[in-house]
Amino acid sequence: MSEPNPASARGTDQDATPVFAVEERFLGIPKSRWPGIIAPLVMGAIFLGLWEGIVRYRGIPAYILPGPMEILKTLGTDWPTLSIALWVTLRITFAALIAAVSVGVSLAILFTQSKWLERSLLPYAVILQVTPVVAIAPLIIIWVGDVNLSLLICAWLVAFFPILSNTILGLNSADHNLVALFQLYGANRWQTMRYLRLPAALPYFLGGLKISGGLALIGAVVAEFVAGTGGSASGLAYRILESGYQLKIPRMFAALLMISISGIAIFLATSYLSHRLLHRWHESAIRRES
Amino acid sequence: MTEAPLHGRAGQRPLVSIRKLSKKFSNGTLALRDVDLDLFPGEFVSLLGPSGCGKSTLLRIISDLSQPSAGRIEWPGADRADAYGKAEHSLGFVFQEPTLMPWAQTLDNVTLPLRLRHMAASEANARAETMLALVGLKGFEKAYPRELSGGMKMRVSIARALVTEPKVLLMDEPFAALDEITRHKLNDDLLAVWERNRFTAVFVTHSVFESVYLSQRIVVMAARPGRVMSELQVDAPFPRDNLFRTSAEYAHLCRLGSEALKAAIEA
Repeated sequence: MSEPNPASARGTDQDATPVFAVEERFLGIPKSRWPGIIAPLVMGAIFLGLWEGIVRYRGIPAYILPGPMEILKTLGTDWPTLSIALWVTLRITFAALIAAVSVGVSLAILFTQSKWLERSLLPYAVILQVTPVVAIAPLIIIWVGDVNLSLLICAWLVAFFPILSNTILGLNSADHNLVALFQLYGANRWQTMRYLRLPAALPYFLGGLKISGGLALIGAVVAEFVAGTGGSASGLAYRILESGYQLKIPRMFAALLMISISGIAIFLATSYLSHRLLHRWHESAIRRES
Repeated sequence: MTEAPLHGRAGQRPLVSIRKLSKKFSNGTLALRDVDLDLFPGEFVSLLGPSGCGKSTLLRIISDLSQPSAGRIEWPGADRADAYGKAEHSLGFVFQEPTLMPWAQTLDNVTLPLRLRHMAASEANARAETMLALVGLKGFEKAYPRELSGGMKMRVSIARALVTEPKVLLMDEPFAALDEITRHKLNDDLLAVWERNRFTAVFVTHSVFESVYLSQRIVVMAARPGRVMSELQVDAPFPRDNLFRTSAEYAHLCRLGSEALKAAIEA
């Protein structure tokens, strides 16, 4: 452990505290992590360089394959339109993710409280999950009417299941001896939930959140492809469709790039959240000195 | 040392009285058959027996985590009994594993039983700090379980079991997974706490040496079906220390214990 043993620690077992790897850091990141950051960056730079070189050398027209520089330039010039579209897509993504978290966690808690509820409802959650969202999106759009709400429902449908199933697993994974201990001390359901089941489920929930974050974005984009709504309030998916029709391929790539970067950002954010919440206690966040 | 009658100690009222207790599991295993056992206030009793003799099951039944199939448990000596005649919260339980909440710091692990009973945080923390100091863990209040060694985790577990000041402390092979040096140290420290607080200690073990060192009374159990075979008194005075561990008396008692255990295994 980090702090030295206090003077009062005598005897044998106090000196046997586990040793955790302490690493030198560079710019706040452990040195052993740097190769994992630099290697893909170098690889990406080589790839982009080759791409740009081939496009220029062979004179490939931008409507077939634009070079990275061209895409970057388009990103700059089309920023006013694209940024609005990005905002629309992200808004749906985050609203869907928040809805997925609240519905997923609440249902998981309800299911662990009542086996009958779980037995009767879980199969339908599975059916919703295994039905491709592209297939039900048109129906939802017809039924709901409001486009934004339809998109939100579609993205939510895709995102909520990993949270539900992971949280159920987590809530049921509390150490059975700890459950017995809570029983021994006469803890009520709420206390067992608050002090035992919810903290025990946290790592599982965060694993589900990591998956759902990406899925919410995918859901939002796919649903918009199906809806195909135009106008000023349309998202990145529609901008891609539109650019395809108009053969504005650089803009298509620019929109694609924005979706990818958003996905990466969501992944990094959920990973960071997971690390912040777990690094003090969970095995997944520990490096032991060997 | 002689084989004492099962309900000895004339004149003293038992704290827990177990009569004709049987436990049959749903798969047909008879885990316990007709167990009669009295636990007296402030005594240190070991349940010694081979695996499968139902000693852990007996602890779970005493702590109300499991229901007997037949027979009954009474708490004649409990002054705070609920409607069912059971002394609520008057028990501490130490499992074979430390069974700590990995997400909670040492102090929060120890205050758990108090928080579940809605004790004010300041008082709960003060009590937990006292108890941690008593088990030799002063200064580790903020440590997470994974930052502690196996022996220290067990100390936390004992502190948690004792923080409610229970009348009975049930221990289910708590030191079985520890190395011998650590186990001796924890045996000594456990005895020191017991001599200070004088709860009734029920210690499940399969080690003759551990049971002789710790207890005043050893209840030897046999397996298939789990039952009480014999009982040995260990009259050596407390405090016991390394001198006792190396004495001829200790060796003699261990031999008697081993013979009783051997008889129980072959029975």
